[in-house]
Amino acid sequence: MTERTIAVEYISRVEGEGALRVRLAGDKVEDVELRIFEPPRFFEAFLRGRNYAEAPDITARICGICPVAYQMSAVHSMEKAIGISVGGQLRALRRLLYCGEWIESHALHIYLLHAPDFLGYPDAIQLAKDHRPAVERGLKLKKVGNRLMQILGGREIHPVNVRVGGFYRCPSREELDALVPSLEEALTLAEETVRFTATLNFPDVEEDYEFVSLQHDEEYPLNEGRIASSRGLSIPVERYSEEFEEIHAPYSHALQSVRKHGGSYLVGPLARYALNYGRLSPRATSIAKEVGLERVVKNPYRSIIVRGVETVYAVEEALRIIRQYRLPDAPFVPPPSTIPAGEGCAATEAPRGLLYHHYRLQKGGLIETARIVPPTSQNQKRIEDDVRHVVTRSLAMSDAQLTDACEKAIRNYDPCISCATHFLKLTIERT
Amino acid sequence: MPRKVRPRVAVWKFASCDGCQLSVLDCEDELLAIADAIEIANFPEASSTLVAGPYDLSLVEGSITTPHDAEKIREVRAQSRVLITIGACATAGGIQALRNFAHVEEFTRAVYARPEYISTLATSTAIRDHVPVDFELRGCPISKEQLVEVISAYLGGRAPNVPTESVCIECKRRGQVCVVVAHGTPCLGPVTQTGCGAICPSFHRGCYGCFGPQDTTNTESLSNRLRMLGMDGPTLHRFYRTFNAAAPAFKAASDAADGGHA
Repeated sequence: MTERTIAVEYISRVEGEGALRVRLAGDKVEDVELRIFEPPRFFEAFLRGRNYAEAPDITARICGICPVAYQMSAVHSMEKAIGISVGGQLRALRRLLYCGEWIESHALHIYLLHAPDFLGYPDAIQLAKDHRPAVERGLKLKKVGNRLMQILGGREIHPVNVRVGGFYRCPSREELDALVPSLEEALTLAEETVRFTATLNFPDVEEDYEFVSLQHDEEYPLNEGRIASSRGLSIPVERYSEEFEEIHAPYSHALQSVRKHGGSYLVGPLARYALNYGRLSPRATSIAKEVGLERVVKNPYRSIIVRGVETVYAVEEALRIIRQYRLPDAPFVPPPSTIPAGEGCAATEAPRGLLYHHYRLQKGGLIETARIVPPTSQNQKRIEDDVRHVVTRSLAMSDAQLTDACEKAIRNYDPCISCATHFLKLTIERT
Repeated sequence: MPRKVRPRVAVWKFASCDGCQLSVLDCEDELLAIADAIEIANFPEASSTLVAGPYDLSLVEGSITTPHDAEKIREVRAQSRVLITIGACATAGGIQALRNFAHVEEFTRAVYARPEYISTLATSTAIRDHVPVDFELRGCPISKEQLVEVISAYLGGRAPNVPTESVCIECKRRGQVCVVVAHGTPCLGPVTQTGCGAICPSFHRGCYGCFGPQDTTNTESLSNRLRMLGMDGPTLHRFYRTFNAAAPAFKAASDAADGGHA
């Protein structure tokens, strides 16, 4: 029996450092190992002893691509721990900030990281030589998302305006109104994005995913909801640890999330779309119909279209929030005068999927323990399953072609390895 | 006339959040023009094309935290005519330098169930602690305007115009009300290098030191003022110990505050 090893030593066009190793014995895939060699940064360790109010700024630094997601999961967790609740316009402003991050992150992935795979280019710069209007559309859209984060958050990477209880300063009506023309243009650009992505050529595959995302009665989920799955799960976030666990697979030194008594699952755009289709905005629904996007998308390559639909949603939702905005009386809900000992957890929808935080606080507000489960670590096992199927289907390919096919299968997930690494059990094996 | 050879630029990542290299892609208006002016030879976050060195300019993000990375940065230096570090991780060790003040074995046990799998150094250190650096761009994250300025300057063979004054100066220039004087809000602006645009005071919050200590800083005077505002020792200690915790001036100031722990 001939042995064959396919190795991607450095996965490009993803955030962070990862590698993939696939071992074949004849026609059988022996193992698939998605290795994270991003150095550990120990966030959960050094958060201990910090004040609860510092968590949003510190955890933002886990990821420069989705800092708002970390800030949001942190503030919601802390608000539960100290017993305050944030509603009305402050809640709406948080959604607005998150919309900015979705627009920016999705535009980045669609145009700069993912589209080159379908059109046969190594990067967006080369893509722009032949498809300049498309790349310019992507950059324009991305800029609108970033602009929204600048106005509301102070800057797009590691915004400064988020605090437990709300914001340091709420934007004026005029500041938000000034964003409306560019958002209206972005709505058209986002719709063109969906049309553009729908014309790409996709491998004809479907996977049997268990989709997991937040689900909310009234809205497409960003900041809150129950944790739901396509196989019937529906639990409050507090029960996350009862239903999901991290296992240590024998072929890998990385922790992977799985459903208890189940297998891998998928978080991110495909899951949100499948579980919350009925709560998309009008233009997002109609563009999905126009391009014939199925109600549940099981082809991972077609996630690029779903990201486009979610971008339309995020732009439309941002416009809705701005139009109904009235300056709140106070920019934040104050914390109680003394912080009791307590615990709190929350999950929010980062662009790449569910992001879970859990904290235990000492009396006085210092953090005793912190636990963070990023989306990419939850998808890690599912990514390996997809890669196994790609390899099994494509045994006739040369090693170079197969390597390329595996890397594309990984990129479907928009993985953020910088996020995943800080808690993964890993071995630094460089070849 | 032969076409001018474009300078070859590489972007490298060490321990970091990717935010500073994302700033390159966040230059939406300039990105395609930059790509015309330079050859992006090694930028794995953005491109599958990896061209071997040597490089005219290397931008280095992240801090050195593993034995492997301590080796790799030497290779990067050897292949780079000009090496510029981008961001607080690369210039001061970043937030992950908090391990420098703790026992890394304990940190490893706290986060990882199988600590024996972890290969890590006891410290997170700046790039200049390992190799000579031509210019350090501050910030957590960096300013993209400063990034464009530094790239243009080095490619044009001139010194970059990056101010080193304190955040206070920029804050005054923006005509903002001082949050310390007017509201008694703790602020690191007087001892922090400018570059962010003094954004925190514009959002009614104090500066929290993303750009690291300014050259001629007087942290002792600021610490006294913060104590007068009612800040206790442990809080003051933590105030200096964030994204530039290992920068010498902030480290000294945090050591001088009563942390209540080592």
